[in-house]
Amino acid sequence: MFNKAEKIREKYIREEMWPSIFCTGCGIGNVLSYTMRALDELKLDIDRCVFCSGIGCSSRLPGYIEADGLHTTHGRAIAFATGVKLAAPDLNVVVFTGDGDLAGIGGNHFIHAARRNADLTVICVNNFNYGMTGGQVSPTTPVAAVATTAPYGNLEEPFDLCRLAIGAGAPYVARWTVGYPYETIEAIKNALAKPGFAFVELLMPCPTGYGKENEQREPAVAWQWYKENTITRGDLGRLDPEQRAANRKIVVGTLWDVQKPEYTARWAEFVQSL
Amino acid sequence: MGDEFDYQRVMDILGSREQFTQGDVACAYGALLGGCTFFAGYPITPATEIAESLARLMPRIGGVCAQMEDEIASISAVIGAAWTGRRAMTATSGPGFSLMQENIGYACMTETPCVIIDVQRSGPSTGQPTEPAQGDMMQARWGTHGDHALIALAPASVQECVDLTRLAFDLAEQYRTPVLVMTDGEVGHMREKIALPTAEQVTLRERRRPTMPSDQFVPFRAVQGRVPEMADFGTGYHTYVTGLTHDERGLPATDDAAVHTQLVARLCGKIEDAVAELTRVEIDNDEGATVGLVSYGISSRSAAGAVKLLRLQGVPVSHLRLVTVLPFPEQAVREFAAPLERIVVPELNLGQICHTVREAVEGTAVVEKVARIGGEIIQPAAIVRAVQEGGQPVRSG
Ligand SMILES: Cc1ncc(C[n+]2csc(CCOP(=O)(O)OP(=O)(O)O)c2C)c(N)n1
Ligand code: SF4
Ligand SMILES: [Mg+2]
Repeated sequence: MFNKAEKIREKYIREEMWPSIFCTGCGIGNVLSYTMRALDELKLDIDRCVFCSGIGCSSRLPGYIEADGLHTTHGRAIAFATGVKLAAPDLNVVVFTGDGDLAGIGGNHFIHAARRNADLTVICVNNFNYGMTGGQVSPTTPVAAVATTAPYGNLEEPFDLCRLAIGAGAPYVARWTVGYPYETIEAIKNALAKPGFAFVELLMPCPTGYGKENEQREPAVAWQWYKENTITRGDLGRLDPEQRAANRKIVVGTLWDVQKPEYTARWAEFVQSL
Repeated sequence: MGDEFDYQRVMDILGSREQFTQGDVACAYGALLGGCTFFAGYPITPATEIAESLARLMPRIGGVCAQMEDEIASISAVIGAAWTGRRAMTATSGPGFSLMQENIGYACMTETPCVIIDVQRSGPSTGQPTEPAQGDMMQARWGTHGDHALIALAPASVQECVDLTRLAFDLAEQYRTPVLVMTDGEVGHMREKIALPTAEQVTLRERRRPTMPSDQFVPFRAVQGRVPEMADFGTGYHTYVTGLTHDERGLPATDDAAVHTQLVARLCGKIEDAVAELTRVEIDNDEGATVGLVSYGISSRSAAGAVKLLRLQGVPVSHLRLVTVLPFPEQAVREFAAPLERIVVPELNLGQICHTVREAVEGTAVVEKVARIGGEIIQPAAIVRAVQEGGQPVRSG
């Protein structure tokens, strides 16, 4: 396992970028290694992959990958990625984004890309806050959680990003926490293999931004919280109906997986038909 | 993905070389003849006809045309497409141009070739959607934050919508920069006869791409001149593109004053120092004139009309029309101004480029303006009056 991790790192990581900017106890490094594993297992040609991102800690991910990368402006990663994909449908286009980047400033691009259904793999690192700017409230911050711009506790209802993606038309939607490595790798593989807009939400501890005000400053405590407060879809299904109805834990798993015509393929067909 | 261009394929779709059409449609023709194969846009008067034309034409030449969710997405998609090797464009008007500003800066910082057409309408805000204006000229110069430079061209006729849009794509590739085509609602909607270029007239200036092995390629190091070679995504060069201050490898170096200074100096310098080769002006000098007009875009037609009227009355007057507005042809304007006592600048705004003219002539001539807003183009008679009786004063803003 260790050997394999070393090999994958050698193969995919941009060494000049090390050490990373991420804080101790941050889960973004895990997202990176799970994605690399997924790419490796699918044997994707790294020369034919483009990693796009917006702005935020999570959006720094493409910089650490020895591949083409497009680190864009805050919220716009999916729109840039759409341009890449429409212009060069043969490329594998992956988007790394944060909860703020995706659902705050970039929400419009998110729903429209899900609707359009061009073949993008969108990996959203949800840490319940704006990590890079120091812990402000985000569109996924739970009610009553404290943030630097919600010092008395958040009053707004958060988005359920996965339901939003499903509602907007995404054919593949999964949610995991970084505490589920193998399941996450599988989900990223599924997303990469899915022809169409595939969305993977990864819940992830941010001890520095979100943790400091919400009793998750200690990395070990933060990681524990994600274990205790999530339930897999399978486990939920095994509960009796009453318990299931009473469940307040965040459901993780493959939440949606359907077949739909992919946009760039439709465009190519249409151009052919003229 | 190269920018392979097939003149005959484009002309088969565009039809006859001589046509009678609108400025907006002509911009679409110019784009296709400039090798554009990717358009992303969002509807807005008076630019919509560009998107509508390309929606019809682009798939017929095998290109891509997308209506995005807004103008921010449009310019984003254009930049993304450019990195795959395509010649890409968007078109908009004032409100959309405002929305694009952040990513125009991103295109400057990442040296992404792209073309943006702004069919200017009367602002601020939603203003007079159907009325022409030239009110975005300073936004073209300084709309995005931070020090930067880019290229802006100003067509004054439907023919020039073809020619300058076509040229914009070559300049974008040559300098790796956004190029703005600053037209307006009048030029965009008026109909004139155009002659499309012949195959011989259309030779695209190819993007300079690296040929060296990828481990030797330094993506933001300019080996020849000040414009680095650009590796298309998907070709194995592993380029990291970021709007953060980056070193020659493209890697973030955000707290290094020297890296930032060098980078921004090169980005500005590659455009500003090329002003001589980028300068396109039309000069109509009159022996003995002490008054001259400096104009651009639709207002240059009013100016040309005024020149005719004045000369009929025996009043000598010179005229310089800016085809390139940015980088500002300072030297050309200064030389034009040398024999003059007064310069009158007609514009469809309350005074924008007149300030740049005043700065360029540095007091050697008095700069006055004919500023008009509200939606009607400037009558030549108004410029005649300004020449004979004095124009409106230009004051520091
Ligand atoms: C247009 C714009 N507005 C605001 C910012 C400042 N900003 C940088 S990162 C960020 C929040 C990022 O949050 P998220 O996407 O959740 O990423 P995280 O850092 O939490 O991974 C903000 C608001 C910016 N860079 N650009
Ligand atoms: S602020 Fe939070 S998200 Fe950002 S690097 Fe630190 S722990 Fe990770
Ligand atoms: Mg976040």
